[in-house]
Amino acid sequence: MSVNRAERALTYGVLVMFAVGAIYPVISILFLALHTKSDLVTGFAWPTDPKLDSFRAAWNEGNFATGLRSSFIVAATVTAVSAVLSLGTGYAFGTMRFRGDRPLFGLFLLGIIFPYEATVIPLYYDFKNVGLLNTYWSLILPQIGQSVAFGTFWMRAFFRSTPPALVEAARMDGASSFGVLVRVLLPQARPALLTLCALVFTYTWNEFLLALVLVSGAPDKQTAPLGLSFFAGAVRAGDPTKVAAAAVLVMMPIVVVYLVLQRHFVRGMLAGAIKG
Amino acid sequence: MTEAPAQVAVPEKAELQVERARRASQRAPGEPRNVAWLYILPGLAFYVLFTLAPLAHAVELSFYDWDGLTVGRYVGLANYREAFSDPLVRDSFKHSAELIVFYAAIPVILGLLLTALLTRHPVRGFTFFRTALFLPQMLAGVVVAQAWVWIYASNGPLNELLRTVGLGSLARPWLGDFSWALPAIGGVGTWVTYGLCMVLFIAGAQNIPSSLYDAARVDGAGAMREFFAVTLPGLRNEIVVAFVLTTINALRSFDLIYNTNQGGPGTSTYVPSLYMYQNAFVYNRVGYAAAIAVILAAAIFALAFLVLYLSGRGEER
Repeated sequence: MSVNRAERALTYGVLVMFAVGAIYPVISILFLALHTKSDLVTGFAWPTDPKLDSFRAAWNEGNFATGLRSSFIVAATVTAVSAVLSLGTGYAFGTMRFRGDRPLFGLFLLGIIFPYEATVIPLYYDFKNVGLLNTYWSLILPQIGQSVAFGTFWMRAFFRSTPPALVEAARMDGASSFGVLVRVLLPQARPALLTLCALVFTYTWNEFLLALVLVSGAPDKQTAPLGLSFFAGAVRAGDPTKVAAAAVLVMMPIVVVYLVLQRHFVRGMLAGAIKG
Repeated sequence: MTEAPAQVAVPEKAELQVERARRASQRAPGEPRNVAWLYILPGLAFYVLFTLAPLAHAVELSFYDWDGLTVGRYVGLANYREAFSDPLVRDSFKHSAELIVFYAAIPVILGLLLTALLTRHPVRGFTFFRTALFLPQMLAGVVVAQAWVWIYASNGPLNELLRTVGLGSLARPWLGDFSWALPAIGGVGTWVTYGLCMVLFIAGAQNIPSSLYDAARVDGAGAMREFFAVTLPGLRNEIVVAFVLTTINALRSFDLIYNTNQGGPGTSTYVPSLYMYQNAFVYNRVGYAAAIAVILAAAIFALAFLVLYLSGRGEER
């Protein structure tokens, strides 16, 4: 029995260690942000006398009101549009059969592992040609294109898991395919849709390479991560506490969403991983 | 519907009724329906226009010598030939391979160790641990970079820890050290992915039938035997998936490296995506950059297909 108890203590000890390890870098930057430059912080930077000056300075100097607004506009648009589009594609792949459905679905699957690295160069020149460089569109359109791939995969899995009898009954009552989707399936799809939205919003919020290449030239269109990157490059050497505060500002919305919806995030990422 | 008679001959009565109902509505699931295209086309249009078309365009660009401004010159495979003999490309991919050890191999091993510990008895409060372990996955690469730049700084927490435990002689500015910069980046990669591996494996282990463990225990298997005979085979799919996800993460480490030491010191942390970015947008060698991008994409696709093939899950239930 005592061996068992020791084993259990060891297990929890190891778990706690890894969990603290996962959180510590986030805590450490928060601690740093609660100081000011004149504190001459070193080491673990315990916030014995927490101040919000660095947050205030970062907010104003780094133009993060603009950055967060841009990020929100881009992420919300990408999330809403790709959710609607994925609802359609997922519905078709999940409940209907048509010529060429399997290869076409395979084509969508490719998009899940697609690296932006491979498309960012042509996107830059194509958007430049049509005058969309340095606009929200240059960030929104490619990220919808990419999110639809994962969304299709995710919503198809949901629609396949709904009982076919439900759809058939509605059809017998004379519902159109659109009626079946909106009145019968949509109410049930809400948890699956919420998971999809949470993931797409996070990925879009965090995207950096596209923003760096496509909207660097327009300060008022820069997303929060891009703003953070520029801000860090400019002031890190002078005042790391401001950079830390800026980093906390940029991650805060996502951390809050994650804590509220964590079940959805974990479910989505695990399911996506296993099935993808 | 040429196979219809054969279908009708087989089913039992109840199924026959359903089949008849199906026929009556003519639009039941499983029937070929052209209306599907209506639902697919909008999504497909975005996907083709903004993902597949740019990919094709990248392949096209890779056959040109182009500075992004003047008229490009078709050079066939010259960019690829140059890429394969460019020492910096080779170094970049070599660095990526080293990063794979940190991003993929170490987290998978850590995840398995933890799972081995946990499968011995149920864990209370796992939701809390899961939330914490998953957090790094949620953060933007730029934010992760800022956090770790501080941790690795000369006066940062890591060096402070070393000095506290009397290993002050090891303290250094980690990201600026020629031999330590790449492992330091790798350490961040391990931090980002280990939680994912752990949660993936622990969730997977819960699906292993407990009768298998009971059988192993009846046979007198110890913790080690039990792990190798039951847990490890039961997690085969999860392990393969974890490897592919983390490896793709490793090959796409642009955000982290661009925002920490930009490939430095020297070229000691150059990776393909960074080199591609520089060629395209700093040196204006667009065709060459496109060739590197295509090679990187091909490497990622090849890895993913290898895993799909290995796990034999191309056909879903």
